[in-house]
Amino acid sequence: MATITQTQKRVGIARPDLQGLVRLSRRNPALIIGIVMVTLIFLLAIFGPALAPYDPIETNYSAALQPPNADHWLGTDKFGRDIFSRILYATRVNLKIGVICVTFPFMFGVIAGCISGYYGGLVDTLLMRLVDISVAFPFYVLVISILAILGPGVRNMYIALSIVGWIAYAKLVRGEVLIAKNLEYVLAAKALGYSDLRIMASHLLPNIINSAIVFAMSDVVLCILAGSSLGFLGLGVQAPTPEWGVMIADGREYITSAPWLSFFPGLAIAIVGVSFSLLGDGLSSFLRPTDR
Amino acid sequence: MDEVLRVENLKTYFTAHDGVVKAVDDVSFSVHPGEVLGLVGESGSGKSMTCRSIMRVVPPAGRIVGGHIYYGGEDILTWPDSRLKAFRGSEVSMILQEPMTALNPVLSVGEQIVETIVEHESIARTDALERAIELLRLVGIPGPERRVKEYPHEFSGGMRQRAMIAIALACRPQILLADEPTTALDVTIQDQIIRLVQSLQAELGMGVVWVTHDLGVVAQICDRVAVMYAGQIMESADVIELFENSRHPYTHGLMESIPRTGSRQGQLIPIPGQPPNLLNLPPGCPFAPRCRYATEECQAQRVSLREVSPGHLSACIRFEEIWD
Repeated sequence: MATITQTQKRVGIARPDLQGLVRLSRRNPALIIGIVMVTLIFLLAIFGPALAPYDPIETNYSAALQPPNADHWLGTDKFGRDIFSRILYATRVNLKIGVICVTFPFMFGVIAGCISGYYGGLVDTLLMRLVDISVAFPFYVLVISILAILGPGVRNMYIALSIVGWIAYAKLVRGEVLIAKNLEYVLAAKALGYSDLRIMASHLLPNIINSAIVFAMSDVVLCILAGSSLGFLGLGVQAPTPEWGVMIADGREYITSAPWLSFFPGLAIAIVGVSFSLLGDGLSSFLRPTDR
Repeated sequence: MDEVLRVENLKTYFTAHDGVVKAVDDVSFSVHPGEVLGLVGESGSGKSMTCRSIMRVVPPAGRIVGGHIYYGGEDILTWPDSRLKAFRGSEVSMILQEPMTALNPVLSVGEQIVETIVEHESIARTDALERAIELLRLVGIPGPERRVKEYPHEFSGGMRQRAMIAIALACRPQILLADEPTTALDVTIQDQIIRLVQSLQAELGMGVVWVTHDLGVVAQICDRVAVMYAGQIMESADVIELFENSRHPYTHGLMESIPRTGSRQGQLIPIPGQPPNLLNLPPGCPFAPRCRYATEECQAQRVSLREVSPGHLSACIRFEEIWD
């Protein structure tokens, strides 16, 4: 029991009482809306295929290029595939890209940035020169070069996006650590004989992780977009697997005659983007102890 | 040899891009158990750096370039990192000036005390928490069972400083380095904190180094005083001896510039000039450029502490001429 309350306190989760929830939602509506929307998106990713009225890949030329109607809520594409079903299926594909290409870079980048900022010296110099080199290349040039070496495909896309993605976290966290490590409480922690690991894990990280978490939320959207772009270029998700970026690209020939082809996948990306951004915003104020 | 801490010829220098700053320059003193040593001086006189050198937590640009710091007969400066980590916080503790920033904002006060205890002792967290509550009670925080779960921002300035003291005392250190612990607090709280440290010190029998620029605080708490200027000790003596019988123009200057309420002493007499640029110290006595008694000899000759009477040292080369 004691450990449970302690953990709850540590991560700032109040005991689930309704009153507290109401108070929180009034003070931090972004967080609540963000959590609800992101949860819904994840539920869709899990159960979407079961809810989809049509097969996302099977073609049906007799129903090609239909505008939104009662049978096909969001219309059909040139192969007669139901846009709504394809968007539902693609949720899983796209979300997986977002989650994988954020989780690994987040972990690696945070650790690298923390070590680099805290110890400084040679480790810092080496790591930051590596960062400089990769920042010198435009994002897509770097990703595509890595993909050119590894070969196209979903797994290699995860690898390429992760190799490039951790750098932003490392830079962000290092900067924060450089500021935080000179604060008095870190000096106090040193003066109390804490080990470096404890200082980093329990004093520096909780104070600086917020910005990385908030960045991660927007990074999810960036990664989904990057995944879509690579899909469009034929380097990532391969047709006919439904994927929002590929769907937008497919619709561009018909943008004037059948705008729903691109509009609805675009809307899906926008909704996911807004949801994660709200969650990020809400988290950033929630994670500040003074706002709790 | 019954002192807990002896600092000998300590030198801590900073390398700046245009020279070397001698933040602590040939400083020696000792602290006995149950004694409060005051380190007094203006900003930048090296008081804090002396403390940080003893903890060996000098900022990266600085380096301890010479001297010895003896603790229990061993020279701390020769210790490896692992030994130092065990030493910091359990044998020597430090309280910092700014209670507002010296506590980690994302950990509850109790967690911070518990962390310190478990870092140094093999003890279960629940037992450590019990002790944290006991410590908060000891430093006079009301309702410690409740407050132990609160975060630093829920504490007032004085309460935070009490919490800092609780953390510092968590492992019953032999020496407490108090780096201007009352400067950021208002006068009534200041008085409470001083009384608190005094009573705790009597109870635990530790040696205290109390850094301050406030001679009023010195008079209240210290047994002995070392007056620092430009990284060097100018005068050191028992507190009463120093106030009644000072033998250094700088100490006199400091005392004349204390405002006294209720007395009609007229205007304060400030010390003329500015503290010296540490990058470019005069070759002789560092205080000579501002000293009304300075002669050519003072400007030229490097000064060292000389005995005025047993236990009373002064770095002024002319103290006999001026006062006798």
